[in-house]
Amino acid sequence: MTENLNLWIIPLLPLAGAAINGLFGRRFPKAVVKLVALAFTAAAFAYAVWAALQGSHMQLPHNEALPFDWIVAGNFHVPFGFYLDQLSTVMMLIVTGVGFLIHVYSVGYMEHEGGYYRFFAYLNLFMFFMLTLILANNYLLMFVGWEGVGLASYLLIGFFFLKDSAANAGKKAFIVNRIGDFAFLLGMFLIIQNFSSLNFADVFEKVSKLSPETGAWGLITAIALLLMFGATGKSAQVPLYVWLPDAMEGPTPVSALIHAATMVTAGIYMTARSHVIFDKAPHALQVVAVIGAITAIFAATMGLAQTDIKRVLAYSTVSQLGYMFLACGVAAYSAAIFHLMTHAFFKALLFLGAGSVIHAIGGEQDMRRMGGLRKLIPVTFWVVTIATFTIAGFPPLSGFFSKDEILWQAFSSPQGGNAILWIVGFITAGLTSFYMFRLWFMTFFGELKLGKVDAGEEAHAAHAPAQAQHGAASASHGHGEDGHGHGGVHESPWIMLAPLVILAILSVVGGWVGIPESMGGSSKIGHYLAPAVASTSEALQSANAEGSEHSKELIFAGLSVGVATLGFLMAWLLYYKRPELPERITGRIHGLYNFVYHKYYVDEAYGALFVKPLLALSTHVLWHGIDQSIIDGAVNGAGSASKGIGSELRRMQSGNIRSYAAWVAIGGAAVVAYMIWWGVGR
Amino acid sequence: MVPLSWYLILSAILFCLGVSAFLLKRNIITIFMSIELMLNAVNLSFVAFANHWRNLNGQVFVFFVMVVAAAEATVGLAIIIAVFRTRETLNVDRVNLLKL
Repeated sequence: MTENLNLWIIPLLPLAGAAINGLFGRRFPKAVVKLVALAFTAAAFAYAVWAALQGSHMQLPHNEALPFDWIVAGNFHVPFGFYLDQLSTVMMLIVTGVGFLIHVYSVGYMEHEGGYYRFFAYLNLFMFFMLTLILANNYLLMFVGWEGVGLASYLLIGFFFLKDSAANAGKKAFIVNRIGDFAFLLGMFLIIQNFSSLNFADVFEKVSKLSPETGAWGLITAIALLLMFGATGKSAQVPLYVWLPDAMEGPTPVSALIHAATMVTAGIYMTARSHVIFDKAPHALQVVAVIGAITAIFAATMGLAQTDIKRVLAYSTVSQLGYMFLACGVAAYSAAIFHLMTHAFFKALLFLGAGSVIHAIGGEQDMRRMGGLRKLIPVTFWVVTIATFTIAGFPPLSGFFSKDEILWQAFSSPQGGNAILWIVGFITAGLTSFYMFRLWFMTFFGELKLGKVDAGEEAHAAHAPAQAQHGAASASHGHGEDGHGHGGVHESPWIMLAPLVILAILSVVGGWVGIPESMGGSSKIGHYLAPAVASTSEALQSANAEGSEHSKELIFAGLSVGVATLGFLMAWLLYYKRPELPERITGRIHGLYNFVYHKYYVDEAYGALFVKPLLALSTHVLWHGIDQSIIDGAVNGAGSASKGIGSELRRMQSGNIRSYAAWVAIGGAAVVAYMIWWGVGR
Repeated sequence: MVPLSWYLILSAILFCLGVSAFLLKRNIITIFMSIELMLNAVNLSFVAFANHWRNLNGQVFVFFVMVVAAAEATVGLAIIIAVFRTRETLNVDRVNLLKL
């Protein structure tokens, strides 16, 4: 250790903000709440930048521990330590940077909502836990952050807790995450049992010494699979993705920060962090790749039929996370982190843009009621356009480079890359392009249809009462709970637009750090991350890349641009040129459309398969059976027994002085008798 | 010389008389007197033992018992007078306000 960076300050800054706002915010005026929230987040960002700069001319990984332990049990120590390497540097900058921008945006977006201080306290709390997760130097501290972000996510999804659907969505997110967390815990137990440490450095060193011949294959694979299952919960992969679309009940900045840019990428981060374990378990890696591919295409198809603008983006997030998982699964961790970064930029931008749209037209989230907003909110239009082209994968925007890197690795990686994975990813790219441009055309082109579609759809049932009071054109501005009118469609204030513009710039240029060699770039981010995440195979492969490979890679890139263009044209045809076509088509394939529209009935299937039986078990066996008859029975039995004995003994306490005297006399006689028969104690 | 056992038997008889009077009588004053009887029965056995063992401890104890009995008599009589003033009776069976 050359130098002490005091890394613990980075997570602590947002925690201080959360504590101040959470404890005293109720009495502060709004301006102070804003100032506290922004100042501490900005300070965290500034400190992170400084630490990154320091880190750039230091020996990485840099490990630093506070002078006390989390847990000490015999020989087993879990220190309170922080870990800085290339991977955590990138993550830390993304989280603090994007987090700060979203804080700024929230200042404008939440201006008219109740619970202002509560919102910012939760948001800062989230930043604290996320940074703990990222900077931890052992699995346990990471798990603390992991659970903490889950808590913050729960609090923020249920922010509008008076709305039933929001409260339920929060619970759903929490419970589904618990399932993954349980697997993560089991994985940690296995690690403790076999490597007697949770420190990344120790564990990875011990794992890298293992070889398949020593018979550790099963153990490593089990650990990897358990960790992976933990990641599927947090990162919303099949089969645990179901909570993320519902999480859109939270305020839009929350969706942007937690459910798009940062928290959901924790699983990807954890997988990349544990790459030493995964590299030793090729079968587990294969499972990761398959799960990623399935999630990518599955979620993309679900995104096709959604009409709620935020839900489209939610499924798109699930699908993009699937891409990252796919990249992890073919051991292309730097590609995954690269996509994670660009995705953080453009998806946060899309969500914030969608928030701006929702803000502009008064809380409406149904895309069928939108349209023609291009002229009315031009700045939002332009930034969303950039984001849409970015996610669809058009060069030279950032999404193109990162997605292409993943697709190329899916095909060519020596660690399980193959054509099937590539084809799935390729089709997903086309679908992504299609549903994103569908969103784009439905929102910004055509004509505004506010109030022309019949109310009663579940997606906007919550907003219907507020909507009904106003005419179509002069829809009130009342996103969230309190309707307040400053009529008409209007552009958002600058404090919301500034972060959008910055994110748009980042979405454009963010990919340029990862231009592959085949296109004349130098894949800087890949080389930067290589010491932290590269498996040997990846390093070898980039060293051996030859001319023919390069031209193949270029062909592949061309193909994916082609499929993105195809998606664009389809969306253009269906939702701009001939807007009546989609209905005819969905009418033709009504059954299939319904199947997709209802998200393949996965929620219903889970309900019937897991929730109902569990509920029945809990009600009849655990509640009525064990709790009520055994536990309550024992407690109540003890109670009524002592009551019965007491009511008998009560008769001794007659209030008759002479009977008391008799008791005393009998007692004295008994003592004397005892002394006579058994003698005085020796 | 009268043997020790005679004193003890007399003391036991007096004590049992005191106990039965305490249990059977209803008048507070009588009860009070039966307490004194028990105390003095004990005193008798104390002196008897003191004489038997040629040890003055027993005599000293008797003085203590008498002091305590005197103190008890003052307090007890005061209580009896107070009870009589409020309840206008000396029957213990009717002094039962604390009964359930």
